[in-house]
Amino acid sequence: MKTFSWGLYPKYNGKIINIYSKNDLIKYFNTYSNIIPYGNGRSYGDSAISDYMLASKKMNYFISFDEKNGILKCQSGVLLSEILDFIVPRGWFLSITPGTKLITIGGAIASDVHGKNHHKEGCFSNSVIELSLMLPNGDVIKVKNGDEMFLATCGGMGLTGYILDATIKLKKINSQFINQYVIKNKNLLQTFESFEKYANFTYSVAWIDCLADKKNLGKSIIMVGEFANDFDLEYKEKKKLNVPFLFPDFALNTYSVKLFNYMYYNVIENSIDRPIKVHYDKFFYPLDSINNWNRIYGKNGFTQYQFIIPKDKSFDALSEILYEIHISGKGSFLSVLKLYGKENNNYLSFPIEGYSLALDFKIDNDIFDFLDKLDKIVLKYGGRIYLTKDARLNKETFYKAYQKLDYFLKIRNQVDPNKKINSLQSRRLGL
Amino acid sequence: MNKSVLILGAKSDIAKELGKIFAKDGYDLYLAARNVNELDEYITDLKIKNNIQIQKIEFDITKIETHTEIWENIKEKIFGVILAAGYLPNQKEAEKNWNITLNTINVNYTGAVSFLNLVANSFEERKSGFIIGISSVAGDRGRKDNYIYGSTKAALTAYLSGLRARLFNSNVHVMTVKPGPVYTKMTEGLVLNPNITAIPEKVAKDIYGAYLNKKDVIYTPAFWYIIMFITKHIPEFIFKKMTIR
Repeated sequence: MKTFSWGLYPKYNGKIINIYSKNDLIKYFNTYSNIIPYGNGRSYGDSAISDYMLASKKMNYFISFDEKNGILKCQSGVLLSEILDFIVPRGWFLSITPGTKLITIGGAIASDVHGKNHHKEGCFSNSVIELSLMLPNGDVIKVKNGDEMFLATCGGMGLTGYILDATIKLKKINSQFINQYVIKNKNLLQTFESFEKYANFTYSVAWIDCLADKKNLGKSIIMVGEFANDFDLEYKEKKKLNVPFLFPDFALNTYSVKLFNYMYYNVIENSIDRPIKVHYDKFFYPLDSINNWNRIYGKNGFTQYQFIIPKDKSFDALSEILYEIHISGKGSFLSVLKLYGKENNNYLSFPIEGYSLALDFKIDNDIFDFLDKLDKIVLKYGGRIYLTKDARLNKETFYKAYQKLDYFLKIRNQVDPNKKINSLQSRRLGL
Repeated sequence: MNKSVLILGAKSDIAKELGKIFAKDGYDLYLAARNVNELDEYITDLKIKNNIQIQKIEFDITKIETHTEIWENIKEKIFGVILAAGYLPNQKEAEKNWNITLNTINVNYTGAVSFLNLVANSFEERKSGFIIGISSVAGDRGRKDNYIYGSTKAALTAYLSGLRARLFNSNVHVMTVKPGPVYTKMTEGLVLNPNITAIPEKVAKDIYGAYLNKKDVIYTPAFWYIIMFITKHIPEFIFKKMTIR
């Protein structure tokens, strides 16, 4: 069967196998090679694609919950959405959450995901107290935050073993609503200034119009917010929209994306003086309310290109890259810019202190050449590419960009010398 | 005190999803299955998420001699029973090996009837309760590829239909559920057509909705009603030459 991740690219003849128990895992570890842990299939590229994809979805039980201190232990197949359904009415929230709640906790750890509060509160691994890991030889070990194995496993793309369960620290909230402020910016300089100015807000993110005119490059809308204090925690389920079929390939083109961006920028209002109260679902997970939104890019799929540049070089790098995108005319429906905080100690975690931009590109004939070109710019400014989104990065660029790679490879060679665990991505990147 | 539901075959994927829904709605659960301790992680999860009681019952539906005692011990507390135990053999192996065929009959029909007879008598006497029996679309017509399984489900469907009529005047709701193929442990390894194969969460949700609406017979997903309506009306002389997967 053709398997693929969220970007619908690449498509590969792999097999998804549901794991029900530790014993199942031992059996597969002993009998198969070319296996990769698999969560909810929401990474974008080929990091969870292999011959045998061992799905954790059936191992989705809570193990213990300390309501007083907000500490949850659960199996790795639990979705963030399942955690939220349970904790929000009890006055807790995920310390760190990415832009979708439809990922497993195992996936969140393996990608060491981050969110709108990275500049203040760091990556997902920050909230992980400890985890259980099954090594490729079948041994189960406890891994504590800060251990060498922890540094390799968080952000390790599933390559150090199978995460069985994790204990995470939650964050106290008094409302399910966020007070959101919106700041419109005319160009990249203004955008950067606004990010610095509002850096005290816990949550911040910007949407960038990548197809703006040359003089308006970096035109953006910044959204910042804080949890409200209205003690409204009762959960209400909402209806979802769906993209019921694959859009024809021509649906997204320069003109339609330009039109969308234009409408979006002009409809939304500046509101830095008066906050708008929005539900956490709308603030953190706007796209989760549209099922299968990945289908709008058509049957060939898309790739998300997310890079980050050290802060002191961000402005120059982004100016250069936005200019390249501008002249290429390649439409990115979603372009998200964010200021990040300090880099953590994990060997393969993506974030470094600086600015990151995420862009969606429809897969077409010359997209990969174009992205190789962008890679060179990213590398020139000392930046790197996010593996969780990637489907095409080359080994040379990767080796240069991730400076702690050697530490990771040392651990990897210790636990899995024959590379029983691997993905299309790990093979391509020499991981 | 919460109402209690007994789930027979509680380890099946559909049963587990039903357990979650009933637990969320405040029912206490009695979970009956073979090697029932394998449900411990599942039970811990349900108890963390819901303020309910859960009892485990070691139960083998083919051990008819144990049924009376098991039922007598809990019958006072049980408001409704869900029959989710089932066995899907490999058709080709079942054709050649009588023990496999017999086991299929015993799990899907003999054992089910033995236990539900006891339940029916109790519920009839006290004039309340519900019984949800999970049968299968395979029971609607015997197909070359799975008629041994299908025939046991056909028998179960007929049994539930009669039981419904008998208990109607006693205020006991009997519901027959006919799922199409579902991605479960039972069907793992089979080649299933993704266009018509459901996930257990969907099937359980359908069942619970139908239970609330006091339906008699449901197909889940609902499109199976149409498929089976057509399938049932194909003349036998054509049907016998067809290969339907």
